[in-house]
Amino acid sequence: MRAATKVGILILASLAQSARAQQTQPPGDGELELLPVQGNVYLLSGAGGNIVIQTGEQGTLIVDAGSAGMSDKILAALGKLTPKLIQYIIDTSADSDHAGGNAELRKAGTTYTGANVTGDLRDAALGAQVFAHDNVLQRMSAPTGKLSPVEPGGWPTLTFLEERKQMSFNGEPVEIIHLPGAHTDGDSIVFFRRSDVIAAGDILLTTSYPHIDLERGGSIQGEIDALNTLVEMAVPLRQEEGGTYVIPGHGRILDRFEVVEYRDMVTIVRDRIRAAMKAGMTLAQIKAARLTLDYDYRYGAKSGFGTTDNFVESVYKSLTKTK
Amino acid sequence: MFFAAFLALGFAFGQGPGGYNPGAAQGLDLAGNWAPVFHEDATERGPGPELVNYLGIPITEGARLGGLSYDASRFTVPEHQCEVHGVSYIYRGPLNLRIWELRDPVSEQLIAIMNYIDNYEQTRTIWMDGRPHPSEHAPHTWMGFSTGKWEGNILTVYTTHLKRNWIRRNGLRQSDAATLTEHFIRHGDHLTHVTIVTDPDTLSEPFIRSQDFIPRTLNGEAWKYPCDAVVEVPRPRGAVPNYLPGKNPFVHEFADKFHIPVEAALGGPETMYPEYRLKLKQVPAAPAAPAAQK
Repeated sequence: MRAATKVGILILASLAQSARAQQTQPPGDGELELLPVQGNVYLLSGAGGNIVIQTGEQGTLIVDAGSAGMSDKILAALGKLTPKLIQYIIDTSADSDHAGGNAELRKAGTTYTGANVTGDLRDAALGAQVFAHDNVLQRMSAPTGKLSPVEPGGWPTLTFLEERKQMSFNGEPVEIIHLPGAHTDGDSIVFFRRSDVIAAGDILLTTSYPHIDLERGGSIQGEIDALNTLVEMAVPLRQEEGGTYVIPGHGRILDRFEVVEYRDMVTIVRDRIRAAMKAGMTLAQIKAARLTLDYDYRYGAKSGFGTTDNFVESVYKSLTKTK
Repeated sequence: MFFAAFLALGFAFGQGPGGYNPGAAQGLDLAGNWAPVFHEDATERGPGPELVNYLGIPITEGARLGGLSYDASRFTVPEHQCEVHGVSYIYRGPLNLRIWELRDPVSEQLIAIMNYIDNYEQTRTIWMDGRPHPSEHAPHTWMGFSTGKWEGNILTVYTTHLKRNWIRRNGLRQSDAATLTEHFIRHGDHLTHVTIVTDPDTLSEPFIRSQDFIPRTLNGEAWKYPCDAVVEVPRPRGAVPNYLPGKNPFVHEFADKFHIPVEAALGGPETMYPEYRLKLKQVPAAPAAPAAQK
């Protein structure tokens, strides 16, 4: 083979590789979309919140389990990617569109055990393990005598209280980092260190303003702190592009600069509402002043948690609490 | 007869997906090293636009609020220091531009037209093989995802998947929902580049600009753009310099300098059309800026 031809083929191969993540076709209505992200990590969208998949020789780990009732589709999509069973599910929060599929997906997975565990605890190998911060379990379960909002089969099986839980899976260090009081009090992000991908859960959304759930321990300062943590963890490849990819709870894949832009937006809106409150404006006056007008078209959801009204109100109330 | 057969062959190739296209069959080629000509919009493209000069840009009310909140100190935030001028803006700056074709080494079919822009070291691929644009969940980039086709002698390019970036580098931003249509038009040794930005988020009408290039004949220019961010101004964690609504101290600066009403400086679709000059004559020039605004 002539050298020039070899170079040509190498260039083509390189271009094909660089465009790999961009070649997946959008799904039709109601279908899930599986998109390679980087390294061993994939994004599955369309089943509720985004599901992040890491798979390899050892097995399959998923971050979030989508909504209840979507598990058949999720398992079918996973089956196209790998024959390996789910061993771990990591919940980024207790939200039903992220943890609603826990019970069904857990049943379809497995836990490898041995020795006296298998002999003495016959159900120990049934199903995958579900990791989450302890606050997620607290939100899903209930005190004795009260009805739990979530069936026990969907609860986390392994919880942690510390700031950072580490594990290794498929030869890759995986860090589960608790970022308190952001979207809720149970938020975790998951960092795949070798693939250089972060699953951010609902701390980061590209489809709407953030949902700061004050009833479940969220706060505007926690949200901004969490976004700053994401900015500090991500490293661009060059010229503020590529490198670490961050997958939001809903929406598309981002690199650091786009997380920065989202952080800037949330911070600027917080600054404006805080100044308006200092000037004595009421919540109604602040809403009427349209202080988020420059971001409303892009981030103001038409309905649900991420509407402009909900976001402004949650920032206002969160700042009121910290006065 | 041989010539006729040659032409017929060229026509046949022109119909196939990813095959020779009419422009290339006619020998049209954009390849080479190009340098910008600054006879158009030189002040904006060289030294840079004045702060709060949005005149002639069809911005929405929201985009204006965003522009007025922009504090140029934001550029000192490390994460913003290496921010690239996106594809809809980068061709307007001082730059070296190299264009070449990428062809299949076996079939010689045109796969892509490549651009290298030394400013920010951006390599851009304009796919010419008919491939579709990516999923809505795919990452956005400074150069976006571009597909092109020859329309007669004009290379027309359509780009999606853009990052949020400048409309004008004085604070006006286009959103990540923006799309770009371009025309590359070569007249001998003169290349005209037309950009049309459409963004329902920040522009109420398409925004059209043009810039020109001539062959770069000098050797030895810098073709690199190293950028390392550093802390230039110590600030609290996560601080984002911005002006609160109504507090931008530069609102009157451009208007005062050119003796035009502030409302004209604040732009909008109306200010884009010649008829606006007639209206301007009936609007008093900018009053002196109040002390509190300065």
